[in-house]
Amino acid sequence: MADAHVHDATHDDHDHDHKPHGWRRWVFATNHKDIGTMYLIFACTMFFIGGAMAMVIRLELFRPGMQWVDPQLFNSMTTMHALIMIFGAVMPAWTGLANWMIPMQVGAPDMALPRLNNFSFWILPFAFTLLLSSLFVPGGAPAGGWTMYPPLVLQNGASFPMLIFAIHMMGASSILGAINVVVTIMNMRAPGMTLLRMPLFVWTWLITAYLLIAVMPVLAGAVTMLLTDHFFGTTFFTAAGGGDPVMFQHIFWFFGHPEVYILILPAFGIVSEIIPTFSRKPLFGYEAMVYAVASIAFLSFIVWAHHMFTVGMPLAAQLFFMLSTMLIAVPTGVKVFNWTATMWKGSLSFEPPMLFALAFLFLFSIGGFSGLMLAIVPADYQYQDTYFVVAHFHYVLVPGAIFGIMAGVYYWLPKWVGKMYDQTLAKWHFWLSTIFVNVLFFPQHFLGLAGMPRRIPDYAVQFTDWNMVSSIGGFGFGLSQLLFPYIIWKCVRSGTPIGNRAWEGAHGLEWELPSPAPYHSWTEAPSDALIAKGAAH
Amino acid sequence: MIRRRLAASALAVFAVVGSVLAQADSGWGLLNMTPGVTDMSRNIYQLHMKIFWICVIIAVVVFGVMIYSLIKFRKSQGAIPDVTLVHNTKVEFIWTVVPVIILVVMAVPAAKTLVEIEDTTKSELTIKVTGFQWGWNYDYLDDGVAYYSHLDRASDHARELSSGIDPNTVPHYLLNVDHPLVVPVDTKVRLLITGADVIHSWWVPAFGVKKDAIPGFVNEAWFKVDADKPGLYRGQCAELCGRDHGFMPIVVDARSKEDFAAWLKEKAAEQKQAAAPAAPAAPEAAATPAAGSTAP
Repeated sequence: MADAHVHDATHDDHDHDHKPHGWRRWVFATNHKDIGTMYLIFACTMFFIGGAMAMVIRLELFRPGMQWVDPQLFNSMTTMHALIMIFGAVMPAWTGLANWMIPMQVGAPDMALPRLNNFSFWILPFAFTLLLSSLFVPGGAPAGGWTMYPPLVLQNGASFPMLIFAIHMMGASSILGAINVVVTIMNMRAPGMTLLRMPLFVWTWLITAYLLIAVMPVLAGAVTMLLTDHFFGTTFFTAAGGGDPVMFQHIFWFFGHPEVYILILPAFGIVSEIIPTFSRKPLFGYEAMVYAVASIAFLSFIVWAHHMFTVGMPLAAQLFFMLSTMLIAVPTGVKVFNWTATMWKGSLSFEPPMLFALAFLFLFSIGGFSGLMLAIVPADYQYQDTYFVVAHFHYVLVPGAIFGIMAGVYYWLPKWVGKMYDQTLAKWHFWLSTIFVNVLFFPQHFLGLAGMPRRIPDYAVQFTDWNMVSSIGGFGFGLSQLLFPYIIWKCVRSGTPIGNRAWEGAHGLEWELPSPAPYHSWTEAPSDALIAKGAAH
Repeated sequence: MIRRRLAASALAVFAVVGSVLAQADSGWGLLNMTPGVTDMSRNIYQLHMKIFWICVIIAVVVFGVMIYSLIKFRKSQGAIPDVTLVHNTKVEFIWTVVPVIILVVMAVPAAKTLVEIEDTTKSELTIKVTGFQWGWNYDYLDDGVAYYSHLDRASDHARELSSGIDPNTVPHYLLNVDHPLVVPVDTKVRLLITGADVIHSWWVPAFGVKKDAIPGFVNEAWFKVDADKPGLYRGQCAELCGRDHGFMPIVVDARSKEDFAAWLKEKAAEQKQAAAPAAPAAPEAAATPAAGSTAP
């Protein structure tokens, strides 16, 4: 490592970064940018595969009656759509963005553990090949829901062990990626980049990485118990053998609730970078933002049972989980108020990253409100397992996590390729996405409240109208996403060259590097003055 | 003045849209939870509406400030950023404490309702409900009456892949069963809910009851239908339970106490008769859905 620094520093010429060429550059990749690119391309691919499955779901639900798929295949589609979107699209996209941005933002040349980085990426294509190939085995793909509740999950056919091993591999990949992020942030920060000078994206990722390391092994343990229940005669989750099917739900959601913050916290970080940039004003309440993220992460460990209020828990347990869940509204509120205060008395402009960040702010808040409603146990008895829940978590995951990723890509893409993309086209992408995402998910609130359960392939005729609206929104949303890879491709091919600071109000070390960013980001540590300039808060 | 006029016109728009939605004899008017026909479902409905309106008020204030900022502080309008505005202890304290107070206001009635829901004592009738793939078994534990309840034939035919039957022509498509659960009104009915194979969930929205049916465990729930609200109430399984999860509806037939007593007596006699003389031909008797064994 040290030798490479000296070498690069003496040449300071981007044609001599000693990268292997051709396929070796990617298969043997150890460079954080190359690996980041692979993560992002992988995530985008999975986004379209998972999206295609969502289209099948919305097509079947367009009108009552069974027209297109068998109920079993429908259940496979909902199960696989969730697994692919969570583990294949959103999580790898965050790791890709972390790879690209964390070294640049903390003043490091690369990630701390480059070979581990290569390994953690290359596990993923194999994990998802295994998972997707289960579509073609006897009995079809997993159809018991992504939550894998026993005893139902044990009824899967040949796809069952494939599901378990795919989950193991995804978990291993996430843990390795998270370790790399923690080690990079803890050891590779430039001198002077103190913890409380770090950009919010780095902070949120640091906390996300700890969540991943804490809960991924729990998921691995839970699915391993399923495996031994199925093949080795254990009865962890079978009442007849002294086990308890509800115990699986407790273990699963002990992983599952921190997991939803793993999906959303980096989006908080990105929005906290973008809103100050386009308000031309430092982030309001930087320290409060850091503490709010830390409190959300802590609370995420003690609220898991709100996913399972209907299983029949003792009164005291239900009250505890209701109150702890409601508490999350406090730090989340602090974040929303701080973002609003950042815009207050700012000087706002509305480039594509800012538009996506603003849609995040409004629509994630709507998801937050429905989340608060879901925390109220008696009301939750009516909402649980209905389309109201589907609407809620899609509001926090699509205009929340996915818009966060898109905002980040539109924000940093000029830095990555040294060119500006077609902003008009990106605004089209924004408006189409934002309109259709609401047409798609808002009516699902109505459907749920009116009594439509989730995960059903067919429905009573009174639910037809809003399902049609939702499906039209779904097709519109799906089609508009094709603009996203096209805009990126067009930018790489023929964007207009851009200076170091792609956005007028942008602060932070990444904007002090040339555009496109050099292959080994910071070969010399940035000066204290440069760090102080970037961390003006 | 302008503000008042704006508010008035907004209200008018709301009223027009609302009346159109309400008049439309279709699914467009299905926008909210129903208050239901039990005290508990009404409590839940009121709780739901209370929290909904609190959220709406917060949303109006917060989104209002955001939209004001988006309009007022635009660079294109020559807004100059106030870069010193990065911290304000007083404001930050207020927006941390006020939400806590609002949450307490929400939590107190929620906890009260929850305590009532969990109180299954003093029930007057106990029915064991067993979910299975894919239907329900109802067992009147003290009266020797038990039977299965499945999706009705008409829906079952229409829901086949490319059946060619228009679901709109099927009465209560997917929400109709062969043998509904019969209960008396104005009676505290306790359900003992369990599952035979995988986890199911017994849900009737009009009663505000949803409880998981878990194999190996018995859950409790209760409801008491209003004395003046006999009728048919429909629900569905609310926990993914395999291929035909979408096709195991629940229908509850709430009858007056007298009608219920008569029905129960008749049903008990019928089942006794079916069981006794047909003893040699027991397998056939067990195969008909109406003559039930206690559990699948």
